[in-house]
Amino acid sequence: MTTAVQTPAANKQLTVTQKARRKKRQGSVVLTVLTALMALYSLVPLAWLIFNSSKTQGDLFTSFGLWFSDGHFALWDNIRDTFTYNDGIFLRWFGNTLLYVVVGAGGATLLAALAGYGLAKFSFVGKRAVFAIVLGAVAVPGTALAVPTFLMFSKLGLTNTPWAVIIPSLISPFGLYLMWTFASQAIPDEMLEAARMDGAGEFRTFFRISVPLLAPGIVTVALFSIVATWNNYFLPLIMLKDPDWYPLTVGLNAWNAQSTTAGGEAVYNLVITGSLLTILPLLAAFLLLQRYWQSGLSAGSVKE
Amino acid sequence: MAVSQPAVARRRRSWRGWQFVGPFMLIFALVFLAPIVYSIYLSLYRNQLIGGNSFVGFDNYQRLLQDSQFWESFGRVAIFLVVQVPIMLFLALVVALAIDSGRLYGKAFFRVSIFLPYAVPAVVATLMWGFIYGDQFGLVGNINETFNVSLPNPLSPHLALASIGNIVTWEFVGYNMLIFYSALRVIPGSLYESASLDGAGQFRIITAIKLPAIRGALVIATIFSIIGSFQLFTEPVILQPLAPNAITTYFTPNLYAYQLSFSGQQYNYAATVAIVMGLITMVIAYVVQLRGNRER
Amino acid sequence: MSKLLKVGAAATAALLSLGLAACGGGDDADSGSGSSATVSDADVTAALEKGGNLTVWAWEPTLKNVVTEFQKKYPNVKVDLVNAGTGNDQYTALQNAVAAGKGIPDVAQIEYYALPQFALGKSLTDLSGFGAESLKADFAPGPWNSVHSGNVAYGLPMDSGPMALYYNKNVFDKYGIKVPTTWDEYLDAARKLHKADPKAYITNDTGDAGFTTSMIWQAGGKPYTVDGTNVTINFSDEGSQKFVKVWQTLISEKLLAPISSWSDQWFQGMQNDTIATIATGAWMPANFVSSAPSASGKWRVADMPQWTAGQNASAENGGSALSLMNKGLNNNQALAYGFVKFANDGDGVQIRVDGGAFPATTKQLSDPKFLGTEFKYFGGQKANEIFAKSSQNVVTGWTYLPFQVYSNSIFNDTAGKAYVSGTTLADGLKAWQDQSAKYGNEQGFTVK
Repeated sequence: MTTAVQTPAANKQLTVTQKARRKKRQGSVVLTVLTALMALYSLVPLAWLIFNSSKTQGDLFTSFGLWFSDGHFALWDNIRDTFTYNDGIFLRWFGNTLLYVVVGAGGATLLAALAGYGLAKFSFVGKRAVFAIVLGAVAVPGTALAVPTFLMFSKLGLTNTPWAVIIPSLISPFGLYLMWTFASQAIPDEMLEAARMDGAGEFRTFFRISVPLLAPGIVTVALFSIVATWNNYFLPLIMLKDPDWYPLTVGLNAWNAQSTTAGGEAVYNLVITGSLLTILPLLAAFLLLQRYWQSGLSAGSVKE
Repeated sequence: MAVSQPAVARRRRSWRGWQFVGPFMLIFALVFLAPIVYSIYLSLYRNQLIGGNSFVGFDNYQRLLQDSQFWESFGRVAIFLVVQVPIMLFLALVVALAIDSGRLYGKAFFRVSIFLPYAVPAVVATLMWGFIYGDQFGLVGNINETFNVSLPNPLSPHLALASIGNIVTWEFVGYNMLIFYSALRVIPGSLYESASLDGAGQFRIITAIKLPAIRGALVIATIFSIIGSFQLFTEPVILQPLAPNAITTYFTPNLYAYQLSFSGQQYNYAATVAIVMGLITMVIAYVVQLRGNRER
Repeated sequence: MSKLLKVGAAATAALLSLGLAACGGGDDADSGSGSSATVSDADVTAALEKGGNLTVWAWEPTLKNVVTEFQKKYPNVKVDLVNAGTGNDQYTALQNAVAAGKGIPDVAQIEYYALPQFALGKSLTDLSGFGAESLKADFAPGPWNSVHSGNVAYGLPMDSGPMALYYNKNVFDKYGIKVPTTWDEYLDAARKLHKADPKAYITNDTGDAGFTTSMIWQAGGKPYTVDGTNVTINFSDEGSQKFVKVWQTLISEKLLAPISSWSDQWFQGMQNDTIATIATGAWMPANFVSSAPSASGKWRVADMPQWTAGQNASAENGGSALSLMNKGLNNNQALAYGFVKFANDGDGVQIRVDGGAFPATTKQLSDPKFLGTEFKYFGGQKANEIFAKSSQNVVTGWTYLPFQVYSNSIFNDTAGKAYVSGTTLADGLKAWQDQSAKYGNEQGFTVK
């Protein structure tokens, strides 16, 4: 069993040998072109977003979608307007989203790490039931549970507060799964035994010894939770009424919908620019933390 | 999926693990289990605008069995499941294998660019594609005009599902690609060496070594995709104002449940839809998992 | 009245039991308290002076200024104006809050078509105890009738939407087409226009419940009758058939732009001459100005085309009331009524009219200054004269269903099919009728 455990360090070694082996191979133009088509498919809509966030509300409707308009290059104006429209509510939504991400995704990561570790390294009463219940519950469509959840939260006085968004995002079943598989591989039982021999408490052992070993997995789970929370739409939509607590997704859709009423003003240029601004921080986080989450995923998915 | 029992001494079989699992399960119970239990309770009642609340036993379930709107919506996500999910996973697998093959120029660029759409919130992605799909003045309209062709309206009734499939594929190919790619990266090099000694070709290496080695990742990606398909909601609901006649209020089971409870105030029947969809999803996910494990 | 009360109480009890079942929380028995209370003008004045907090849910943009002025006049009152979503989104939130029995606003904006549903659910306060009936003369008859359900006022009219025909004068001039005064002429204009320019359409329509019911209303149709819990739905009456005949021709000959109202493509179409007319409510000018700015000067307003030449029938499209909610957050209905009266009958009206809203009050509707306003967007036309006239000519006797919100939500599932497939509009409306009736019966109404 111990030989099957792959520490991240071992992973790295393997990758190095693989890389060395593969360098010898010839590049394939055909394969590159085929993959490039796929990349094009992925990037064209994003390019659309960039081109169109440089247009005024008027030009948006009159110019070709995949190029800049002949008129005014309005990207900076749009960005400024996005941040100042409605007394700068966009910034407030941005702050709310950050709050939900830090507390929600942070908490989700912590809970998933603790629980994944507990499931991987302890044998306890009811463990099989935990797995069955979690997987079973995930299958029930969340949207359909929205009303019962809403009524419950309302009775608890949680609706229209940040908690209504944060508490449900604390649970990430996929994060639990990842941490579970990761912890069973990354932490040698011998190390835990040794720590226990020294008389260290369980939590001390966890934070001192296991967390460093789990780091790549934790970063991975954190990133996935961040994406999930950042992208959360339906839950805040029904839980929150006060635009002051909206996250970006709900706010943007509200801007998109605001033209649909008597006296409403169409601000599609701000919706598009706001969308661009919404995805930038996530893209940055992914690119910066690439190294970590990739190794975290590797260990998480190798299940033999 | 079934995690092998780690080598933990038997004597520690106790309640101690709950220190770690407890907090997760506590909140899990609050946000998942309690609403499910409450939904089961709701599904046994009927509440009318006139007449009030009454216990009706399994009437709601009986009504569901005969509800053509529900089965139509179910059929739609079932088609989505058998068409979109394989296409998406196949594309993801091909790209992952291509990047892993080491024969690509600029592989880091491809890896990142194909993954990028995953970082775009579903709401933003759908708003964006909604603009693009406009056949009068959107990108589709632009193309029709510029190239003097007449592409059909992507949001017409018979194309709407495919157009939504395209959005979902766009959003998740990269994500699944990454899961597969990560699994491919940790296949021990020794396996390849023995294979090349045997003189196996690329195709043979893929079918004999790579695919079996990442079966775990394939199974988990499939299960999550199945759950995702059955819960299809955000994309159709945001496109609905643009194509109200193509995307009905019972376009997907989830949309139907939403419509029932929010527009129709039929909370009880909506809860029934949720419970039944949950059961169906569970059964299918379980079958996939069993099959995946058996073939291992 | 007493019958309705009983029905309402039952519905409230039902909603309450639903909410309470969640956690078995405490019960507050006085669910009907709002309707029997008597609040005098003096009470309202005292409440305004004393002050307090008010939560108002509304999406009407001009209310912002009203709140500012209101708070200036009554410095002790603090109004929390919340945009909880537009139309349906807000009703969803409102229904949820009512079901939970918590977080209900004191005042809510409710469109006329949705008002009977909330009134029947006993969510709204009966305003007869506040002396609302004495304000009858202040409001145009159409909106005044619309805030009533079973002879009881459940709100004060905020705005109204007497219909008019907005048309792109450039397009009509370019092809030498006469602006239609009857719907038959409209049909001819549609054919001529589309023939002259295959990219141009007389109007856009992909099936819109509010528009369809307004058109039937104008044609003199009365598909809905409501008597307590006895409801009839019937789209085979003469008025409905008049509409079906003309509209089926427009659909069959592909003379309608396949663009949904309120989409980005709609605003584009107004600006690039591909949508030539829009028949809708008098609140539309503000939307033209803000969402289709580049078409300024091209458009004009005309009377609604008629079903019978020489008549001057009109109908309402849209428009909303401010209503007092039962069990509101701050439980201060005298204060809430004070605000609603200020906004819809007092100083607030002029503030909103200045902000571009279309009033429901006779004072503003007959004010020479209001009527004389020249709309720059419409090439200096005094459009309010047309709207005010339309307001007086609204066909009387129209009612909405007590579950119109739901019914409208399934319009595109049923009647919408006529716009995209071989189904005829008549069959589509029949399907709409059947599905609506089915829902009504499920909810305990007797629908025929």
